[in-house]
Amino acid sequence: MERSLSFEIVRRFARGPTVEARAAWPLSGDPVTVLFGPSGSGKTTVLRALAGLDRPDAGAISFDGEAWFDAARGVFVTPQARGVGLLFQEYAIFPHLSVSANVGFGLHRLGRAEREGRVAELAERLGIAELLHRRPAELSGGQRQRVALARALAPRPRLLLLDEPLSALDAPTREALRAELRHLLESSGVPAVVVTHDRTEALALGDRLAVLVEGRIRQVGPVHEVFSAPADVEVARVVGTENVFPAHLSRLPDGLALVRAGAAELVAVDPGAVEGDAYACIRAEDVVLEPAEDAHLSSARNRLAGSVVSRRDEGPLVRVAVDCGIRLVALVTRASAERLELAPGRRVLAVVKAPNVRIVPRAG
Amino acid sequence: MDLAALALSAKLASLTTLALLVLGLPLASWLAGTRFRGRFLIEAVVALPLVLPPTVLGFYLLVGLGPRSPAGHAFEAVAGHPFPFSFTGLLVASVLYSLPFAVQPFTAALAGVDRRLVEAAHTLGVSRLGTFARVTLPLAWPGILAGAVLAFAHTLGEFGVVLMVGGNIPGRTRTLSVAIFDHVEALEYGAAHRTAGLLLGVSFVVLAAVYGLQRQAFFRWNGR
Repeated sequence: MERSLSFEIVRRFARGPTVEARAAWPLSGDPVTVLFGPSGSGKTTVLRALAGLDRPDAGAISFDGEAWFDAARGVFVTPQARGVGLLFQEYAIFPHLSVSANVGFGLHRLGRAEREGRVAELAERLGIAELLHRRPAELSGGQRQRVALARALAPRPRLLLLDEPLSALDAPTREALRAELRHLLESSGVPAVVVTHDRTEALALGDRLAVLVEGRIRQVGPVHEVFSAPADVEVARVVGTENVFPAHLSRLPDGLALVRAGAAELVAVDPGAVEGDAYACIRAEDVVLEPAEDAHLSSARNRLAGSVVSRRDEGPLVRVAVDCGIRLVALVTRASAERLELAPGRRVLAVVKAPNVRIVPRAG
Repeated sequence: MDLAALALSAKLASLTTLALLVLGLPLASWLAGTRFRGRFLIEAVVALPLVLPPTVLGFYLLVGLGPRSPAGHAFEAVAGHPFPFSFTGLLVASVLYSLPFAVQPFTAALAGVDRRLVEAAHTLGVSRLGTFARVTLPLAWPGILAGAVLAFAHTLGEFGVVLMVGGNIPGRTRTLSVAIFDHVEALEYGAAHRTAGLLLGVSFVVLAAVYGLQRQAFFRWNGR
């Protein structure tokens, strides 16, 4: 049997909607699953139930064939016995202990020499070796995050849980640490579940996306798939109207970057010396459609020829999917759709300005 | 100088404080963490000695634990002597009378410890007891110390309950405050001065030490 995490978490609250989240995914392969949803959708409830800090009212949680919780059989494994590492939103560093005592906190079963060795090893890996003798009050936000991560990883957890890991940081630090955190999660070799409500964070950190809407998990799948092909209108509303493609980035002169996504090539503004794997995001409302036969001069750098594959009317707007090497969704007004006679099979040019191709780098 | 009374008061206050640490900390820990709806009732019971005249508490203890009550029989069977006018009886009364002075600061101190720190320790595989010793206690100790010292000082100064339950037996139930009362009654102002002055001095030094320590602790945690 393939190793997997599966859960059905039912939790009722006196105020607010009942959480009834059900999902399963394999533990091998893609290491990072992002639990994505607006605030109040139940993300933290699910995370706390997985950690064993909250006992759901009903349901079951099974990790790698082991029952962590089963309401029907009265099984509840304590957080101590689950072997999970939890990164709190504000990191919850023990204020009365030095950095090294924080990192070694969960290693109480090891001997002194072994514990010190493990602490040093993690400090090295996370780049906090010089901080080991400091007090938590002397640390910056980014340093706190790394200390908390080292502390969570030290006892070799089987599952890593991260609650909004970047939200406690200021914006410039957040930008800088996003790629670094992805790299750390990937290299840790521990499957991780990351809770976030931030789209860029979800794209930068996750392999798999589980979308939570009003307490229910509505869709689970590869990040770019969920973003570009939401299962229903509610998921679409939550993830936004984005075209998201896994892409390969290479540099062009004049501060531009060449983005290869599927069979298409796009020009984007260089996000800053990033090359290699990335996600390219284009908002559906930023895609302009023109008749294929009408070639005229324009400032837009990306002009992709393709044909309409589907059309869906949404009130005053029409959502049109165009196959132009990549599947690009455009949001146009109904009047424009009528004028261009947009229907499956119609040849069009999809036009996107370079600044509207947003790049989210993956693991630096 | 009433050395016997001083020794007795010190012994009573020390044992009362110890008993309140042993019994009060679990109670405070429960009060600080529970979601039980009837919690306010327990809190009201704990706070009762703050507002009740000591004579009321003493009276009920005498009735409830007197030789004619079943609880009094049980007490006699365990302690080997009747409840009234004994040191053990005095200790029981003191613990009840000083309960809010210990439990309220304990509860505030324990509730002030960030819940997430406790949960972080749990996910790191540390047991509840281990977490209490390694996280809760080191962070809450200024409040716990304050509660212990208040209980100690309050027991040193108690009078009404001692007189009701313990009487005035030298070396057994005659505490400092009762001794002062005796001196004043007998118009021995010199002896009363010495004893009262001693109590005043000791109380001030102890409280000053507690507040001083708390300040230091505060600065240490803020990395200054």
